[in-house]
Amino acid sequence: MKQRLVVVGNGMAGARTVEEILARGGDFAITMFGDEPYGNYNRIMLSNLLAGVEDEAGIFLNDLSWYADNGITLHAGTRIERIDRFAKTVYTADGTPTPYDKLIIATGSSAWVPPIKGIRLPGRGYHQGVFVFRTLDDTRAMIRYAREHERAVVIGGGLLGLEAARGLQNHLDHVTLLHAASHLMNAQLNERAGKTLQRIVEQKLGIEVVVDATTTEILGRHAVTGVRLSDGRVIACDVVVVAAGIRPNSQVAADSGLVVERGIVVDDQMRVQDEDDIYAVGECAQHRGQVYGLVAPLWEQAKVLADHLTGADPDAAYHGSRVATKLKVAGVDVASMGLQLPEREDDELLEFAEPGKGVYSNVVIRDGRLVGATLVGDTRKAAFLMQAFDLGLPLPEERAELLFDLGGPPAEVSPAEMADDAQVCNCNGVSKGTICATVTAGCKTVGGVMDKTRAGKGCGTCRPLVQRIVGWATGGEVEEDPAASWYVPGVPMPKPELMAAIRRHELKSVSAVFATLVPGGTEDAKSKMGLASLLKMMWGDEYIDERDARFINDRVHANIQRDGTFSVVPQMKGGVTTPAQLRRIAEVAEKHDVPMVKLTGGQRIDLLGVPKEKLPQIWADLDMPSGYAYAKSFRTVKTCVGSDFCRFGVGDSTALGIALEERYQGIEGPGKMKLAVTGCPRNCAEAYVKDIGVVAIDGAKWEIYVGGAAGAHVRKGDLLATVSSAAEVVQLTGRFLQYYRENGNWLERTYAFVPRVGIDKIRAIVVDDAQAIAADLDAAMDAAIAAYRDPWRERTDPVTPGQFRTSLPLTVLPRVPVRA
Amino acid sequence: MRPLGSVHDIPVGEGRAYAVDGEMVAVFRLRDGSLRATSAVCPHKGGPLADGQIDLRQVVCPLHLNAWDLTTGCSLSGQPEVTVYPVRLDGDQILLGE
Ligand code: SRM
Ligand SMILES: Cc1cc2nc3c(=O)[nH]c(=O)nc-3n(C[C@H](O)[C@H](O)[C@H](O)COP(=O)(O)OP(=O)(O)OC[C@H]3O[C@@H](n4cnc5c(N)ncnc54)[C@H](O)[C@@H]3O)c2cc1C
Ligand code: SF4
Ligand code: FES
Repeated sequence: MKQRLVVVGNGMAGARTVEEILARGGDFAITMFGDEPYGNYNRIMLSNLLAGVEDEAGIFLNDLSWYADNGITLHAGTRIERIDRFAKTVYTADGTPTPYDKLIIATGSSAWVPPIKGIRLPGRGYHQGVFVFRTLDDTRAMIRYAREHERAVVIGGGLLGLEAARGLQNHLDHVTLLHAASHLMNAQLNERAGKTLQRIVEQKLGIEVVVDATTTEILGRHAVTGVRLSDGRVIACDVVVVAAGIRPNSQVAADSGLVVERGIVVDDQMRVQDEDDIYAVGECAQHRGQVYGLVAPLWEQAKVLADHLTGADPDAAYHGSRVATKLKVAGVDVASMGLQLPEREDDELLEFAEPGKGVYSNVVIRDGRLVGATLVGDTRKAAFLMQAFDLGLPLPEERAELLFDLGGPPAEVSPAEMADDAQVCNCNGVSKGTICATVTAGCKTVGGVMDKTRAGKGCGTCRPLVQRIVGWATGGEVEEDPAASWYVPGVPMPKPELMAAIRRHELKSVSAVFATLVPGGTEDAKSKMGLASLLKMMWGDEYIDERDARFINDRVHANIQRDGTFSVVPQMKGGVTTPAQLRRIAEVAEKHDVPMVKLTGGQRIDLLGVPKEKLPQIWADLDMPSGYAYAKSFRTVKTCVGSDFCRFGVGDSTALGIALEERYQGIEGPGKMKLAVTGCPRNCAEAYVKDIGVVAIDGAKWEIYVGGAAGAHVRKGDLLATVSSAAEVVQLTGRFLQYYRENGNWLERTYAFVPRVGIDKIRAIVVDDAQAIAADLDAAMDAAIAAYRDPWRERTDPVTPGQFRTSLPLTVLPRVPVRA
Repeated sequence: MRPLGSVHDIPVGEGRAYAVDGEMVAVFRLRDGSLRATSAVCPHKGGPLADGQIDLRQVVCPLHLNAWDLTTGCSLSGQPEVTVYPVRLDGDQILLGE
């Protein structure tokens, strides 16, 4: 008969150990007990779940079918209350016995809640509004409650507290972080590093931080209304999250007579002291006096235990982990390993602090070996330092190279130089060797390797390195993830292939594309908008415009707002207006009680908060064309005053800007297209950071920059050409835009498109006509321009029934605050 | 059961909102001709679901692009579920409710 293996605790360590056992062909009849009513999920990801960047489905590591597929009996939602070491049996609360031959305890930790007055209600558990942050259920409850409240206090300024504070910001407006020590993350960081982190957290994230704060009381009768500190200060809040530390779940083990100190005491095989058949792994285990609170050590423990239990490596032994961590804490990069500061007289210290920029780093060296390092705000050097720390690598003579690039070796470790067992993914404990083995086994896409090994699926900071290793391991033959190259998620083709198929089958409507090109003809809501844009670009007048393929903004030619109303931005070419135009806008705003009138960053005027049903009337009263502030299309041309008025102007930027906007207004594309023309290199119209930016230079010339950005990404545009006339600017602009329209991926702005294709290639095609397609590009653009029709003309005869009918007849939405 | 008017009030592939006994209901006319009805208010942050884009399976809210299964009301992106209502056609009249 197979040996019976029972695992108590179905968390990250328990499930991982079982995976490692299965991977070694371990032949056990496995039964697992988990207190939580789920399969195994990635606890680390609870931070992302709280922050709203991951959904629940995305955090599961082993769903219920995994257990079934591997013949494991899982009792989810079942707690083990007692272990009988003599009868070799575990018991659930209702007394159900389960006998074992080998037992693994992997019960993890629980949140430690300090004995603060009012934190618990007798007989009712935590006070209403108080939460801990450990499980999926905790996180769900916290999100539900936080959404309906306004101010949160987080107690504890360690990793967990910072993540909680950051995540809560997603659900309510005000978060205060209380930390009992004098600086944040004091277990990992020294004072200067902790203070630097505090600055970033306060200034960049807007979380209020109070250090040296001992909470003495939770206030509020029926629900939390605030907390009191030992100095008498009261902080009002309606949510309290306690993240003050963790305690190993070792009570059941202790009650059952096992040796427990801080955790369950184990030897180098993870065997519980004095026991033959009982093991412990993960946060509940104490090894050589150490209890760990991060996942990396428990991956190592799981391997050793699996080697030992299956006999795969009879000599397997765990020697403890050197904890080196590279984390994104509340969005800030932090890496720390070993000592925070020198401890001996002759320890070397190298320290660099730039608090204003939120950067701190240090390294501690003893006898020529790295024994500690801390990086906050910039962790580019972390990969090398962690290797040097782990493996005791020799250090460069020029010590400063440990922290800076002195034109010496590149900051990025090259995959070739990395040791096979160097850990790449610190969240999921994946080594370079594992990644290479996966590639060798035939998986040659970055996404595929990530799925198989889970590398890069934790905090994500190692993804670029994973990518490089896969690239290296495949000898540069990385296969692209097919879906990553598709133009839209619902049609399995990259853009060139898709365009060819559309042409071949003469597909002129979005539904025709689904019917013809998708296996089974399945439509996909999330692909419709991209397809509509592409078909319109390809077919112009012949395009069959199915209105349901459009996003709401494009159905009603206005941008939807958070409360379901819309914004109206009339065209104001080049940012130039007239008294008459201003008067008309003012009258319309007054007549229709427009809640806010605002100058936009695009040099025009926005009427915000307009109900859908009022749009046609407002457009009629304005009698101005649409400014297209809602579409993936040509938007604006910002200009400066230029040579007509400015004493420095060397070109008539205003006139050229107006000419450009007049010609290219409303042209759709894969992304927004924002332009600027500026009258001299002082660049008052910010032309260097636009999709296309035109700069007048001395000698009656114009420089044309493309691929600039100053939004979510900041990038100076690349110089496409320097020309001597406004007419050439107008022509090259159109040709570049058409090339982008035909070759850009859906939602790929020019700041990504230009570097992807390469400015040299773009210049060769657009300026030098190397592919002899310039005439075609020009002709296609001319046709698109000829098809332009101001969409606000639809005001007189709506295109669909109820086009402008309100979608929310009764007002229940959060109302946008109205400013006078 | 409540008649809501003609199905031709809803363009194919789109949704329209109706006030029914103080509730707001979004009715969608799928491209296969069938109807679905959900609460008109997005469970995420109150967005107007009738303004969302749909296919035969899901509606995508226009505000933050969360998605819901039109038949079961289950969220496809980790949100709370949305209420769904029975709805059918009688000739070209939309009938809401059992
Ligand atoms: C109204 C305006 C802010 C303002 O009050 O000034 C604005 C408002 C919005 N911007 Fe913007 N952007 C506005 C100028 C800008 C600028 C500055 C500019 O145009 O010179 C930028 C940086 C340049 C750029 O485009 O990169 C800008 C970069 C963004 C981005 C980041 C794009 C990127 O890839 O980096 C987004 C998000 C997106 O596109 O996905 C965005 C998205 C938005 C949206 C449409 C968000 C949305 O989807 O609802 C906002 C609509 C608010 C509303 O309720 O109507 N907005 N936005 C500006 C309108 C300009 C205009 O007249 O057309
Ligand atoms: C929000 C959050 C963010 C984190 N972020 C990071 C990070 O960025 N990096 C990092 O390295 N680490 C992070 N951690 C820590 C990491 O999640 C833990 O180190 C890891 O989960 C420990 O694994 P474990 O199996 O020992 O314990 P757990 O994952 O807690 O699993 C123990 C399981 O045993 C169950 N159990 C307990 N007692 C019993 C019983 N008597 N009977 C049956 N079942 C029982 C519990 O319900 C639980 O499901 C984070 C933790 C949290 C909570
Ligand atoms: S920066 Fe742009 S997208 Fe962000 S809130 Fe302001 S207007 Fe909206
Ligand atoms: S309001 Fe619907 S997705 Fe946010």
